[in-house]
Amino acid sequence: MAPNGPAIVAEGLRKEYRQTRALEGFDLTVPEGSVCGLLGPNGAGKTTAVRILSTLLEFDGGRAEVAGFDVVRQAAQVRYRIGVTGQHAAVDEILTGRQNLEMFGRLYHLGAAGARRRADELLERFGLAGTAGKSVKHYSGGMRRRLDLAASLIMAPQVLFLDEPTTGLDPRGRIEVWEAVRSLVAEGTTVLLTTQYLDEADRLADRIVVLDKGRMIAEGSPDRLKSTIGGDQLDLVITDAAELDRAARVVAGVCGAEPETRPDTRGITAPVRHRAATLAATTLVEAVRALDEAGIAVEDIALRRPTLDEVFLRLTGHPAGPGEEAGPGGGRPDSGKRRAEPAGHRAEEETTAV
Amino acid sequence: MTTSTASTASTAPAAPGRVLPSGPLARVRWAVADSWTVTRRYLIHWVREPSYVVWGLMYPMVSVLLFGYVFGSAMVVPGGGDYREFLLPGLFGMTMMFGIGNTMMGVTTDADKGITDRFRAMPMARSAVVVGRSTADMINSVMDLVILILCGLIVGWRAHGTAGETLAAVGLLLLLRFAFIWVGIYLGLRAKNAETAGNFYALLFPLTMISNAFVAPEMMPGWLGAAAAWNPLSSTVAAIRELFGNPGLGGDSWIAQNALLMAVAWPLAIVALFLPLSVRRYRRARR
Repeated sequence: MAPNGPAIVAEGLRKEYRQTRALEGFDLTVPEGSVCGLLGPNGAGKTTAVRILSTLLEFDGGRAEVAGFDVVRQAAQVRYRIGVTGQHAAVDEILTGRQNLEMFGRLYHLGAAGARRRADELLERFGLAGTAGKSVKHYSGGMRRRLDLAASLIMAPQVLFLDEPTTGLDPRGRIEVWEAVRSLVAEGTTVLLTTQYLDEADRLADRIVVLDKGRMIAEGSPDRLKSTIGGDQLDLVITDAAELDRAARVVAGVCGAEPETRPDTRGITAPVRHRAATLAATTLVEAVRALDEAGIAVEDIALRRPTLDEVFLRLTGHPAGPGEEAGPGGGRPDSGKRRAEPAGHRAEEETTAV
Repeated sequence: MTTSTASTASTAPAAPGRVLPSGPLARVRWAVADSWTVTRRYLIHWVREPSYVVWGLMYPMVSVLLFGYVFGSAMVVPGGGDYREFLLPGLFGMTMMFGIGNTMMGVTTDADKGITDRFRAMPMARSAVVVGRSTADMINSVMDLVILILCGLIVGWRAHGTAGETLAAVGLLLLLRFAFIWVGIYLGLRAKNAETAGNFYALLFPLTMISNAFVAPEMMPGWLGAAAAWNPLSSTVAAIRELFGNPGLGGDSWIAQNALLMAVAWPLAIVALFLPLSVRRYRRARR
């Protein structure tokens, strides 16, 4: 493979199942050493793409190379250079953690001694050494995923596929998995990650590719994508309607943008210009402090991030999910200011205000 | 960072990795080693969870008691003879066929949990998963059969043939089991989840009853008797009755007259059909 050449290349991938077209001319290039997040609703084709690239699925058209090898003609070469972690922890429940890793190590032809040594290294590294002798069925969800990840890393793969790696995990388990992925990336592993969670892509990916109905509909860095979508918003409700204008000026000072006011519900909404999550949270703290200093009583204040539904509404003009409703005005991906407030959210705000 | 091989070298395992087998001999050695690794997985299962094995062995033991003593008194052996002498070969055959359930459940659960996909995404021999599974199941079947024969001897069943004939009968039983392992692997790969696999399993019970295992086909309504006579299980059971020298031989139909031939031909035909189907299904695994 050429130095710093792309780790993953897909050109015009097509895949049809009996009824549906899962991929329709899917292109993807992932540079070596980067993390690419595939984001999309259920049925967008994310898993299909990952399964094709990891040599698990035959496809109908196009071509793909992983780590410089063709996924069809040189599948065995590809398999030596990839790790795959799917939506389930694909490990044996009855075997112990160590026995699992040893079995997979033998199947990578490391030999009995080599497999044992590698298993010990990985158990240590993923903080599983203490429970290595227990059956996996006694492991927590996070531990299982870490073991699963360890099994994917036996060959120190150049490319790691993570298909919704944190689905079904509690917050602690998610953080454990994120930390493990980050440390791998620091060592130069290329990662292709699929997720339904915007924040997960945000935390892990250098670049996000948004898929819908088997095609790429948007791509870019998380920051760029979020600014396309509209970024975070600060929503607040104040106690005294007479203070609305004054409060709006305070908020404008903090957020650096003109807020929108709703006198009937004493509500104020302002876009938060900062990009990264930590900075947006700082804005919230600053707003609370500034309003407090100005002597304005706040009934409710919250930072609201765009949800995946909103991302799709904005990018595709139709809501996420298999339901095919036409979106309002068929909005273009990059058109205009962001006004679409989800109805549910507004209603909720009204009940708090009343 | 230069190339990814350099950057991951610190954690990469030592030399033997990433070598593809060159030549047919290396390929075979690979396949054998990988299959054994997979078989070993199931052997570890039995060591770690002996209760699983014990429950599996309970089934044939209970069958001997249930059919031998509860139903046995009401059964008539065609041509005369002791019912338990007639019954045991039927139970041997039925147990071999019922092993399909374990195979199917195991295969479906692996596929459902993504373990099959992990194997498929690894550079191991493509045949190893199914071959390893069938090897483990065969070892399990031998244990089943040993227990069942011991139970039989306790309740008064005897093999009256020569040692060679007795061994040939055991061989025929294992051949039947081997054939149905491939049916199990294929159905297991096809089933969407363990529940579907369970439904297949429920169909199996009547299929084993429509045979000569418990009742002579001549005593059934004509069409059912014909179906029972042509059940692969019937051929094996009739053949081993002959080899063991147990009562219940008979029937004038061609299939009944050629039990020995068919006890070999049926399993081979089943393997010839389901082995390639299973391997193909495993390679493609369209789920």
